Amino acid sequence: MSFFAITRATLAKDVRLEWRSKDAINAMLFFALLVVVIFSFSFDPTAEESRRIAGGLVWVAFLFAAVVALNQTWARELRNQVLDAYRVSPAPANPLFLAKAVGNFIFVCVLEALMTPLFIIFYKLRALGPGWELIPIALLGTWALVVNGTFFAAISIRTRAREIMLPLLLFPLSIPALLGMVNATTAILTGEESARFWIALLVAYDVVFTTACLLMFETVLQAE
Amino acid sequence: MKRGFPILAIVTALLLSFGLYEALVAAPTEQTMGDVQRIFYYHVPSAWTAFLLFSINFVASLIYLIWRNMKADILALASAEVGVVFCTVVLVTGPIWARPVWGIWWTWDLRLTLTLLLWLIYVSYLMLRRFSTSGQTPLLAAVLAVFGALDIPLVYFSIWFFRTQHPSPVIGDGGSLDPRMARVLLINWAAFSCLAWLICWTRYRLEVLKREVDEAQALESLHEVSR
Repeated sequence: MSFFAITRATLAKDVRLEWRSKDAINAMLFFALLVVVIFSFSFDPTAEESRRIAGGLVWVAFLFAAVVALNQTWARELRNQVLDAYRVSPAPANPLFLAKAVGNFIFVCVLEALMTPLFIIFYKLRALGPGWELIPIALLGTWALVVNGTFFAAISIRTRAREIMLPLLLFPLSIPALLGMVNATTAILTGEESARFWIALLVAYDVVFTTACLLMFETVLQAE
Repeated sequence: MKRGFPILAIVTALLLSFGLYEALVAAPTEQTMGDVQRIFYYHVPSAWTAFLLFSINFVASLIYLIWRNMKADILALASAEVGVVFCTVVLVTGPIWARPVWGIWWTWDLRLTLTLLLWLIYVSYLMLRRFSTSGQTPLLAAVLAVFGALDIPLVYFSIWFFRTQHPSPVIGDGGSLDPRMARVLLINWAAFSCLAWLICWTRYRLEVLKREVDEAQALESLHEVSR
């Protein structure tokens, strides 16, 4: 099978599993909803204030919610020794990684698409800058989170307390990406400055870490 | 090698006490900041030592990834642990100095943020080593160390975008450090590097012994099973 055939097959399997069970997306949605309600309830910001803080709140909510999907990426494959079957199969490791990362990317993007209207309502948001730029920021930022998240989920399943371990490994490394997403979003919402620098930072982060993940995933998968 | 250890210990003790005397008594008092400036002789050498140890950890991790050399892994472990300790010293002494001089304990400045982030990354590195259940802990830890090293330049660029508040380096071109102060700084740096080397060495030997014991115990239990 070719690289893309393996990727497609694994991705289709994961999406079908998620479509039928809706485990991850339901948990993520409810979690993000709780974060939105609790933050909105405890701050009750005016429109002007919420422009300044919404960027941070939105991305922290998505980051925490994404961990739910990331945690089950490989844990799902531990049942019935599916991961061991992957290891002994002659298929290369990278299409598997790519399929998992793209799968998580789709789940988190769906979450963001569903949650964004709620954020707009609760925080009375209206962008003063070029609002369309939020789309590339969301796509780049989400990829930055899930590519490292998928990779470190494969490491954290080798530890005790694996569900707690993933954020402990992922969050310190994600700080530049988070900084980029939050500042870019705030720049657009307040319309005070250009988001170009932060978008460039996100592109650099994505390129560097996607390359690193693809180079090292084989090693991590085979480490047992 | 073993004979060098007590010599290094004695040299470290002498250097540390000499450095303490120089920093607290011999060094001139800074004109505007006063005595609080003397924490500089601990803060800066700790920072240099911590960064040196983290670089050693990165190189050792790379060596482990390429050649799977067990000694490199033990060195990576020892340097990360000692590095976190020195980095903690930096993060504690910094705010103690900043409070009277800047009027604030903490600010999101370039050097402060970078140091804090390095600390966070290496604490997560040590957590991974502690919590890992697989026999491949060294490999997973080495991968994390490489990811951490890739992260640092990105953090640097993202914060470089903001204005920086930390005093610029006083060593090197354009530096205006009093030569007497520079001398005390260098003595303390030498003392702290020796101390770090000493602790790393001890930790290294401890880890080697621990692995030998583990191996011997594993062999023993195998023999018992086969008997």
